[in-house]
Amino acid sequence: MSLEMFIQHFLNALTLGSLYGLIAIGYTMVYGILRLINFAHGDIFMLGAYFVFWGGALFKLPWGLAVVAAIAFTSFCGVLVDRAAYRPLREAPRISALISSIGVSFFIENLCIVTFSAIPRAVHVPQWLGQVHLIGKVRLLPLAVVVPIVSMVLTSGLLWIVYRTKPGLAMRAISKDIETTRLMGVPVNRIIAITFGLGSALAAASGIMWALRYPQIHPFMGVIPGFKAFIAAVLGGIGSIQGAVLGGMLLGFIEIMIIAFLPALSGYRDAFAFVLLIAILLVRPSGLMGEKLEEKV
Amino acid sequence: MSAERKKLLSVAALSLMALFLWWAQGHLDGYKIQILNLVAINIILALSLNLIYGFTGLFSLGHAGFMAVGAYVSSLLILPAAQKETIFLLEPLVWPLSVLQAPFFVAVLAGGVAAALFGLLISLPVLRLGGDYLGIATLGFAEIVRVVANNLPGITNGALGLKGIPHYANIWWNYGWCLFTLYFIVRIVNSNFGNVLKAIRDDETAARAMGIDVLRCKVISFALGAFFAGVGGALLASLLTTIDPKMFLFLLTFNVLMIVVAGGLGSISGTVIAGVVITVLLEWLRFVENPIDFGPIHIPGIPGMRMVIFSLALLFIILFRREGIMGMREITWDGLACACRRGGKDRG
Amino acid sequence: MVERETVLETRNVTMRFGGLTALHDFSIRVLRGSIVGLIGPNGAGKTTCFNVMTGFYAPTEGKVLFEGRDLTGKGPHQVCREGIARTFQNIRLFSNETVLQNVMIGCHVRTPLRWWEAPFPCSGTRKEREIREKAMTLLEEVELARLADECAASLPYGAQRRLEIARALATEPRFLLLDEPAAGMNPQETQKLMAFIRHIRDRFNLTVMLIEHDMRVVMGVCEHIWVLDYGVLIAEGAPREIQADPRVIEAYLGEEYIADA
Repeated sequence: MSLEMFIQHFLNALTLGSLYGLIAIGYTMVYGILRLINFAHGDIFMLGAYFVFWGGALFKLPWGLAVVAAIAFTSFCGVLVDRAAYRPLREAPRISALISSIGVSFFIENLCIVTFSAIPRAVHVPQWLGQVHLIGKVRLLPLAVVVPIVSMVLTSGLLWIVYRTKPGLAMRAISKDIETTRLMGVPVNRIIAITFGLGSALAAASGIMWALRYPQIHPFMGVIPGFKAFIAAVLGGIGSIQGAVLGGMLLGFIEIMIIAFLPALSGYRDAFAFVLLIAILLVRPSGLMGEKLEEKV
Repeated sequence: MSAERKKLLSVAALSLMALFLWWAQGHLDGYKIQILNLVAINIILALSLNLIYGFTGLFSLGHAGFMAVGAYVSSLLILPAAQKETIFLLEPLVWPLSVLQAPFFVAVLAGGVAAALFGLLISLPVLRLGGDYLGIATLGFAEIVRVVANNLPGITNGALGLKGIPHYANIWWNYGWCLFTLYFIVRIVNSNFGNVLKAIRDDETAARAMGIDVLRCKVISFALGAFFAGVGGALLASLLTTIDPKMFLFLLTFNVLMIVVAGGLGSISGTVIAGVVITVLLEWLRFVENPIDFGPIHIPGIPGMRMVIFSLALLFIILFRREGIMGMREITWDGLACACRRGGKDRG
Repeated sequence: MVERETVLETRNVTMRFGGLTALHDFSIRVLRGSIVGLIGPNGAGKTTCFNVMTGFYAPTEGKVLFEGRDLTGKGPHQVCREGIARTFQNIRLFSNETVLQNVMIGCHVRTPLRWWEAPFPCSGTRKEREIREKAMTLLEEVELARLADECAASLPYGAQRRLEIARALATEPRFLLLDEPAAGMNPQETQKLMAFIRHIRDRFNLTVMLIEHDMRVVMGVCEHIWVLDYGVLIAEGAPREIQADPRVIEAYLGEEYIADA
């Protein structure tokens, strides 16, 4: 493989990995706090992309404003989902909330079909993001630089919130012991809502950038990236934000590089992540950076 | 109520059912018969998931995978050799499969056995996981099956799928298998082995302390469930006459899960009732996706609306009636007799 | 007195969880047919000790011998098959099942009904009947027969304790571990429990070991007592010796017991 080709693949992997990482953060935060695999998270990601499209096409918003509005609105949707479908099940067996999230996932997807139809739509990419620059023989899309930088900035912002602010402290406390945290007078439900809001905002950002990078949106676009990002979260160690970013990056590189070096396997692309998931669950269920959980008798 | 009397009542109920099916075959149109067939198959699938999840407590989301295995194995066994030659355009079918033929019953059985073997294979690694992780891992396996089916044109015909599968799965085959599944699973869950499975579901630690080889029992339950899921897949393939990898998406598992949850985890009668209700409802709801004319008013069909209503229904059940229609209770002859007597007294 | 053989022995068992040593160099010998007690303040490592003996934890160091055979490395279900049964501190009944089914589940380890036997009326039904009869006999033994078809979770507390013991007996143990059997019982129930423990010991040829906080039970029923404190064995002996041991009084019994006596 030529160096140019390798750089090209490297950039692709970096973009994909950053996008997975951003989604994975939402999974890992929700799982860390509620021990819930939020199946609807991939669809929240999809909503982000659709809202930009909507803002531009229906309300004629300027692109930048549409993006900001979409992230805010998606974040609100995430909070709404928690309020309507998960909060009533806090005391229920854990699997109930999981089933509820599967229901929410199908609901969002099909509501999207009803309102936007299932036809894939092309996405408007602003000129400055979409124009290809040739550097040597490498085709450089500005997005390939913008995506990793934006996701790095967003992740740092999130880490700052989680480790340097009061709500962040409360989040970390809840993930250790929700009951005790409640007894300490922390408004647990509000903190959980904030968690969903933050996770959904990141998913929306990822969804928007995904739509720009692979310029097409459709109601099921969140399903596969959602699963894969969850796997990235497990890979990195569920509950750990840094782990989610690392896992996302790792998964992005594995996917791109396997296909780059073994093109014969490209048909199996969507299976790599699942094989990886099963392997990691068997070998090191706590993931790369997660804490080991002891079972109490 | 004596055992003889119960047996008599059961035989009577079965005969009534058979009579109804016989009548239905002669008098109902093809569409309604198709729905009747789907009811039987969905009951088989839901019973098998209920054995795994409702009775043993293993949250498995891999049903679509087992169904795919059963469907492909049995379809390849009943497809006539000539048909195989015409549909395998991308790559000819590999040798033993290209000539192998079996009668329908054997083919369905083989589909079930293949799915069970597949279940055994994956259960050994994944059953060490608990709860939601098990769900994700089994879902992963189902997705892997689908991706593999898409990429093995020499066996599965890749994305084109299999077409022209003989339509052997008539009402009698489907309800025959449905009855067998019902009998088998009822006997299992009412036996002491069933008690052991429920013990594992309720308190795994205590079950281990009682000398129960938890992993072994889980594997058995998982493989048995996989067997019936494979049978269901095999019947479905023959009923629809075409299959392709896209058919075995997570949505298929979701439908089965919906029936089990709506009926009540750990309730056989609940599963049967929900199987009938939900299958009929799913078909009936198609009307919302078709255009309707009220005299001069024309309402265009809304694609996707059916699943919106369906997923809302699931959310409604899980939020407001988590135990489903039946909870863990069962309808028994004794219970019915009791209800009748009470009803009689109220009136008198 | 005839020298009795050792039924269970632990040799230098140490159990560590990360940096915490829950049990340190723990060696005991339990004589066949005896009723013995394991006491100590909260968090002394008593339940850890039970968990090691029943295979829930593999000891970090040392080994557990039952009737001369090494149990180390065996899982809980294998230990149960060897002949050790237990109850739990926080009663762990199968709450969705009936009283009878709970005991029948205990029978599984000795009379397993295989899955392929279940659908066939002949052999399956016969075995099923055997299991049911055995379970009923045990329920009569613990005076729960008339509640056989009740849901286990609906029983009063004392009855749940007895049911848990009946379920353990269904595994046909030779060694029975009871984790705080008298917890939550009133004095009358406690009195009955003591007689009950002696009764099942004689009736089923058991050796019984119990963890208990209620000193009346421990002193009234145990022939030999071990005292744990912070994972270390600090004393052992007959009830009288334990009562007089200043280390025990200091570590555990304290003023309350002295006042009682």
